[in-house]
Amino acid sequence: MDFLYKPWPWYVAGPIIGLTVPSLLLLGNKRLGISSTLRQFCAAWYPANIPLLKYDWKKDSWNLYFVGGILIGGFIGGGLFENPNATELSQNTINDLRSLGLANFHGLLPHELFTWSNLLTWQGFFLMIAGGFMIGFGTRYARGCTSGHGIFGLSSLQWTSLVAIISFFIGGIVCSYFILPIILAS
Amino acid sequence: MQLFYTPYHSGIMKNLKYLFVGIVFGLALTKGEAISWFRMQEMFHFQGFHMYGIFMTAVPIGAIAILLIRKLNIHTFNGEAIDIPKKPYHHGIILGGLIFGFGWALTGACPGPLYAQVGAGYGVTLITLISAVAGTWVYAKLQPRLP
Repeated sequence: MDFLYKPWPWYVAGPIIGLTVPSLLLLGNKRLGISSTLRQFCAAWYPANIPLLKYDWKKDSWNLYFVGGILIGGFIGGGLFENPNATELSQNTINDLRSLGLANFHGLLPHELFTWSNLLTWQGFFLMIAGGFMIGFGTRYARGCTSGHGIFGLSSLQWTSLVAIISFFIGGIVCSYFILPIILAS
Repeated sequence: MQLFYTPYHSGIMKNLKYLFVGIVFGLALTKGEAISWFRMQEMFHFQGFHMYGIFMTAVPIGAIAILLIRKLNIHTFNGEAIDIPKKPYHHGIILGGLIFGFGWALTGACPGPLYAQVGAGYGVTLITLISAVAGTWVYAKLQPRLP
């Protein structure tokens, strides 16, 4: 059971993630993509006559089972068999984050930041509420996320997906270098 | 070419296989720390190879598999043809991509990892997920007026 507690190296996790692409294609001609489920929730809960949300979301319900599985996978890997040790980050990252005031590198998210009590501070607002909003807005605008463009799109050699993933990274790099330090200092 | 034959199920039974693939995918994301906020900062600062290693193994394996499916004209287990539609370009690919990049760095998550973070017991990320659904809704509402 030790392998379930320990984090997996990239050469174990990466190939499994890659094999998801043919698995979904062979099981039912399904294309890996997760941001579409956010649209499905919108269509199911409050379509409000918006053209993009007026479609038969039930037809794509396989996707909801898939993300339900991701949730269970997260529970098994991050809850039931949580890594008891701190994340083995590069020393540079640890130093950088320490200088921004973080001390606890255990778990998958900083326990100092992602808490209910922090949610209604400006810091928590930007990290969780604004951050989440930009995930939903941006992925729909870009017609896909890291799985749909980054894994599936690149695997099927689509240049649009290469443009998308480069844009994701530019946004992430700018935010991580320049915006995040300001938010963490507040 | 059809590799195997499986009887066609309907409803929940038909979709259960996707739940299973999701569990394996979610487990790999979580144990591979691809849902770790810390790892995302390391990646965006080019300070570690870990996340790049995941992309650099996942994408070629997916690409080889798709190449084989196309070259050998492999069908689904139910005999259905596999089609991979082109993703057309529009300016939202870049503009939306930049916006999503910001959200990715702030939350340490993409949509997939967001579900995994909720499952891993970080309850407050449920708010992040709901906020992401709200973001999608607002995009849909504004779509006619965006470039």
